[in-house]
Amino acid sequence: MASYKINVNQKVYNLKADPDVPLVWILRDYVGLKGTKFGCGIATCGACTVHLNGKPVRSCQLRISAVPANAEFTTIEGIGEKSLHAIQRAWNELQVPQCGYCQSGQIMSAVALLKKSPDPSDEEIDAAMNGNLCRCGTYDRIRKAIHLAAKLENNLQSSIKK
Amino acid sequence: MSVPTIKTGRRDFLKTSGLATLGLLIGLDAEAKPKNLSRSKAIPSDIEINTFILIRPDNSITIINPRPCMGQGTIQSVPAMIAEELEIDLASVKIIQSDGKRKYGAQTSGGSTSIRNLWLPLRKAGAATKEMLVRAAANRWNIAIDLCYASNAKVFRKDTNASLTYGELVEDASKLDMPTEPILKKKHEFKILGKTTKRSDLAERTTGKAVYGLDVEVPGMVYACILHSPMIFGKLISFDDSETKKIPGVLHVLRCERAMIYRTTDSVAVIASNWWAAKKGRDVLKATWDHSGLDKTLHNEEYFGRCYKAAQSEGIRFEESNDFSAKFNAATQKLDVSYETPFLSHVPTEPENATAHVKPDGTVELWAPLQGPGETLEEVSKYLGIPTVKIKIHVVLMGGSFGRKAYMDFIKEACFLSNKIKLPVKVIWTREDHIRQGPYRPGMVSHMQGFVEEGKIVGYHHHVIGESILGQVFQGLEDDQPEPWIGGEASVQTNKYRFKEAHKVSWTNVKTEIPIMWWRSVNASNLGWGQECFIDELAHLAGKDPLQARMEIIEDERFRKVLNTLAEKTNYDQKLPEGSGRGIAIVNSFGSTVACSITVSKFGTGVKIDKAVAVIDCGMYVNADTVKAQTEGNIIMGITAAIKPGIVFKNGVCQQSNYDNYPIMRISEAPEIEVFVMENEEAPGGVGEAGLPPVAPALGNAIFAATGVRVRKLPVNIGDVNSR
Ligand code: FES
Ligand code: FES
Repeated sequence: MASYKINVNQKVYNLKADPDVPLVWILRDYVGLKGTKFGCGIATCGACTVHLNGKPVRSCQLRISAVPANAEFTTIEGIGEKSLHAIQRAWNELQVPQCGYCQSGQIMSAVALLKKSPDPSDEEIDAAMNGNLCRCGTYDRIRKAIHLAAKLENNLQSSIKK
Repeated sequence: MSVPTIKTGRRDFLKTSGLATLGLLIGLDAEAKPKNLSRSKAIPSDIEINTFILIRPDNSITIINPRPCMGQGTIQSVPAMIAEELEIDLASVKIIQSDGKRKYGAQTSGGSTSIRNLWLPLRKAGAATKEMLVRAAANRWNIAIDLCYASNAKVFRKDTNASLTYGELVEDASKLDMPTEPILKKKHEFKILGKTTKRSDLAERTTGKAVYGLDVEVPGMVYACILHSPMIFGKLISFDDSETKKIPGVLHVLRCERAMIYRTTDSVAVIASNWWAAKKGRDVLKATWDHSGLDKTLHNEEYFGRCYKAAQSEGIRFEESNDFSAKFNAATQKLDVSYETPFLSHVPTEPENATAHVKPDGTVELWAPLQGPGETLEEVSKYLGIPTVKIKIHVVLMGGSFGRKAYMDFIKEACFLSNKIKLPVKVIWTREDHIRQGPYRPGMVSHMQGFVEEGKIVGYHHHVIGESILGQVFQGLEDDQPEPWIGGEASVQTNKYRFKEAHKVSWTNVKTEIPIMWWRSVNASNLGWGQECFIDELAHLAGKDPLQARMEIIEDERFRKVLNTLAEKTNYDQKLPEGSGRGIAIVNSFGSTVACSITVSKFGTGVKIDKAVAVIDCGMYVNADTVKAQTEGNIIMGITAAIKPGIVFKNGVCQQSNYDNYPIMRISEAPEIEVFVMENEEAPGGVGEAGLPPVAPALGNAIFAATGVRVRKLPVNIGDVNSR
């Protein structure tokens, strides 16, 4: 057991854990944030996607001892805390989730995509979202919802400028 | 919307609902007739009364949902049927998930039955409740009933427009008799049913707040990771836990068991203070197994070998019109081919997990993602030898299921372990456990024979070959008995096609030890492949367009309309560009009919899937958007089942283990999808499964149209359609 300090959603947590515990279990069972899901444990499903300094990573692959000192994590609980993110609004608008279990990961990947590319093409969407599996088969809606979110964001941006 | 689980009995229900004063409490009796329970002296914890609706004096309304949600939306669609007739806004209703107690009646989400079976009983309960409230208002105002109407949880009087809320009326209404034949709305009067409604439960699934089985946390709970035999049914000889015990956090290493429905297998459980420690402990556990014989019996090649051998002989006759064999032998234009579907894993994104607490006082609490709280309650009671009244089930959300979470092995594992150590135990399977341990959709072979005369398909024989769920799992099939579950679309009686000369259905049970179970749409997904590709082959043999050839042998107007709509929506008459091909298929299952069209284009030595269109006729339905979402999901799962690897056992061991070697479709491979829902006033059909069976054959037929290659064995490698 060793002591660790991690910053999640702009809060610092101190915890004791074995060095090789993957971040997904640290977040869920040590920090108590259960929105991040476990699906495969080998970086193939994306259910565990969180942001590390704004970039999507698979939290099942990052051991607590390997977390960089400057790391700031964002989980689904940190997205749209005050008001829903455009991605979440678009997800609701187009009723994307079925069981919803994959959707934390989908949303984390989609939020990161929009930040990098405010109006992504279908190809960019496919590339950015390809690591996130959805057994319920919501892909077509995910694609449409990302386009919608881009529109919602752009409208917001232009109305702010005005 | 929060979904707590209801407590037992009316008193508890009232308590759960925070009720101080009695309200109006409506249930269904054993014949699914509405009953007024408000005045009932007997607390309805007795078995024959289902409580479903509670309206309190403060005008708050609670509805019980007896069908667990695995993503198919029952959490909204089931209460919607009550809300429609009761004239209330669904958004303002508190919805509580039932807990398996018999008073809620059948509670399994499965077989696409939720809407089909509850459509009339729940609407009647809603309508009868509304009529009581209207009568109470009319009495209060001392006017005729037909001068009053209900809307938005209020009763209005037509003359003055004055109104009373339901809450203001519950006390009076609770003293009235329940109308036995309440008047149900006509379809054109529906405000909720048949419309596109947002699912209010989806919001919490976009913020990480929804609680799935995996997220359950109980004070004092410990975690278990279980070592199952690498050859599923191996007998445990011994194990060495010296390395396991060195791992910090590991608390116990126990012999455990996996109680499948028809047999129990050995396992070893590692229990730890956190799941990662349990998993690490499991990974270094050394166990010796007796695997004798399993290398031969858990072996795909051996099984399919016997299936193909069976295709060469007569099966057990299921049904036959005229003498098929004589006519087939005499026919000049005929085909005799076999189709194959693989074993498949369910792979819901949430793996199996369950949390159980068998307490020292002999009571049990259970939290699990499960499809059937009723069956689980009975089964757990039998398994532990503890009466059902002492068991409390909390139904939590399923992160997908597709049939898997109706199988209670993982729930019993948690019960077994908690019973040993009397602490709350949470069992979590890894993805590898899920894929390697099964159960699976059975792999099957369809031996097809058919003939055409004068350009028309007139003779057809479907010989269904493979393992039977009824036989293997429920031990309910005699050797000389045809599998009754192959009925449905495969049956001569109910098949939509009418074959003028002869129609035969037969069955051979080829047994296997590879464990099988329901998988979304059950046998319809195996049988649809053979049927709909073969009809295509016969159409080409007859020199006909596949749509036209089908139309010639379908009499029923409802089926014809579905196909005509598909043709219209896909501009069927328009020629596709060179190198593109379109395939269609139509399958009736679970009370609904779905026709699917898939277009592909040549891409190197293979094809690319461009677009999928489905038309679903499910009669009257609850939520148009849910019907579409389920059908979209079925298209993705159906294509995955056709083009991605199946489950292969070799010398006793499952060759697949995780998504790296058992991939499912990703977004970059997902085609554009369009779904159209037929409008009519027929009784509701199933929605969760019916969309899947026509997908694979539509794809197979499209591949043929684009490339001339006839695929008969799934999965097909669409990157190179000639590869086998
Ligand atoms: S759990 Fe991390 S990618 Fe699947
Ligand atoms: S919504 Fe169920 S896995 Fe994606």
